[in-house]
Amino acid sequence: MSELPLLSARDLGKLYGARIGCEAVSFDIHEGEVLAVVGESGSGKSTLLKLLSTELAPTSGTIRYRMRDGVTRDLFALTEAERRFLLRTDWGFVRQDAREGLRMSVSAGGNVGERLMAVGERHYGRIRGTALDWLGRVEIETDRIDDLPRDFSGGMRQRLQIARNLVTHPRLVFMDEPTSGLDVSVQARLLDLVRGLVAEMGLAVIIVTHDLAVARLLSHRIMVMRHGRVIEQGLTDQVLDDPREAYTQLLVSSVLAA
Amino acid sequence: MNAPSPAETGYNFAYLDEQTKRMIRRAILKAIAIPGYQVPFASREMPMPYGWGTGGVQVTAAVIGPDDVLKVIDQGSDDTTNAVSIRKFFAKTAGVATTTRTAEATVIQTRHRIPETPLSEGQILVYQVPIPEPLRFLEPRETETRKLHALADYGLMHVKLYEDIARHGHIATTYDYPVEVAGRYVMNPSPTPKFDNPKMHRSPALQLFGAGREKRIYAVPPYTDVVSLDFEDHPFEVQRFEKPCALCAATGVYLDEVVLDDRGGRMFVCSDSDYCASRRDAGHRGEMAGDALPAGQS
Ligand SMILES: [Zn+2]
Repeated sequence: MSELPLLSARDLGKLYGARIGCEAVSFDIHEGEVLAVVGESGSGKSTLLKLLSTELAPTSGTIRYRMRDGVTRDLFALTEAERRFLLRTDWGFVRQDAREGLRMSVSAGGNVGERLMAVGERHYGRIRGTALDWLGRVEIETDRIDDLPRDFSGGMRQRLQIARNLVTHPRLVFMDEPTSGLDVSVQARLLDLVRGLVAEMGLAVIIVTHDLAVARLLSHRIMVMRHGRVIEQGLTDQVLDDPREAYTQLLVSSVLAA
Repeated sequence: MNAPSPAETGYNFAYLDEQTKRMIRRAILKAIAIPGYQVPFASREMPMPYGWGTGGVQVTAAVIGPDDVLKVIDQGSDDTTNAVSIRKFFAKTAGVATTTRTAEATVIQTRHRIPETPLSEGQILVYQVPIPEPLRFLEPRETETRKLHALADYGLMHVKLYEDIARHGHIATTYDYPVEVAGRYVMNPSPTPKFDNPKMHRSPALQLFGAGREKRIYAVPPYTDVVSLDFEDHPFEVQRFEKPCALCAATGVYLDEVVLDDRGGRMFVCSDSDYCASRRDAGHRGEMAGDALPAGQS
């Protein structure tokens, strides 16, 4: 593991016309670290995730990322080809809505294999072998490899998304409310799985959630956002056990609904 | 050009006005310069329905000259309604000679087949294309498919082939089998059987593709590499036929099944009717060559 951060955001801001999406966000994340971004809807956490994952261009500020070759680059100076390559090799993105993160008309095996084929794998047997391995790792019965995700339960779809993203051994994974809409028991199983994979693979994860329980279970550090700004950040246990800001105190005491 | 004047025939030469033909020729030149790249063009209404190959007709109209000899094939045959009416259309509007002989033709417009007789330098093969975009089936967004082509980002094509093998145990795509052109662009060959794909590879003829409804033209210049996509462990293969043509005994050609009666009688004959007839003229005889042929198969 490197001393240098994997990703550094500095003074990141996004304006939608005159309205503030988020502003003055700065943080570093290292390999193996899980950062939770929490807040109510409209707090700017989703905008921040879109900026970090280069889906949106910031109005101000910079995001620097240490590439696999060790060179730190400004993400918005990458060419479109470099950016796409990064997105499908060194990064993952687990969406809240599996229909956005999966190809619903492609089999589970094809979903997992897509990234491999995108980076040039041309051996069917090896692609299938890797897909089988990954289905096993995310606890999907391997005899479901040729089934379509539309026949999967919500929890299975999320696990399939995770396999599809991790198959290229990314170093950074973005997660956008990955457990919302799932039953509590299904959530717990998914979080357990994610926690195991994060530890095993040394992943950095930036997870956006409105659910403080998810943040507590998964993350090492937490950023609390409100009105587009980070109002409090620190080690997850410290912030949640002893919040300094009145707003965070309200969040923690569940007075505010997400 | 000594084209008949509009006053003589009632049409401009080859139906389209000169400005439209120039516009189409510019698209064709660009397509030739960037092999396999789909060039948008302002497709015109033609006096025939889209399913009849208006894209191919416009390309033919833009490249044909008074000295050209035109052949039109549909499913390998020169005699279908579609082929006959396109041939008549150009005979009437351009006054060009027409033929059914592949070797005599300078321009061949086709739907579904590439002739069995090898093409030569100076010939132009014009394909009628219904769906030009090979990425369409998995990526319906035009903005995204354009980006994927621009970045040569073709992993999705292999996802489709993967799905084929996962479902059928082999690559089940038999028509419109995707190819990589000149090591760069992936292209749909139009609904030709994959049997014909190898004929596209380094062909001495110029190959032009016109999609009327989708308003796209693309091209494979002579002697260009055309490689069918596949997996290392599931290599591209053409269809094989167990028996030779029942009429002319040709092997290594694409055969159509012909039902002879309602008792299950059938035979396999060349899909390329000109090729089959030429072989029979030259004395080749298949096992059923002596039998009376069903109507429409000669
Ligand atoms: Zn024959």
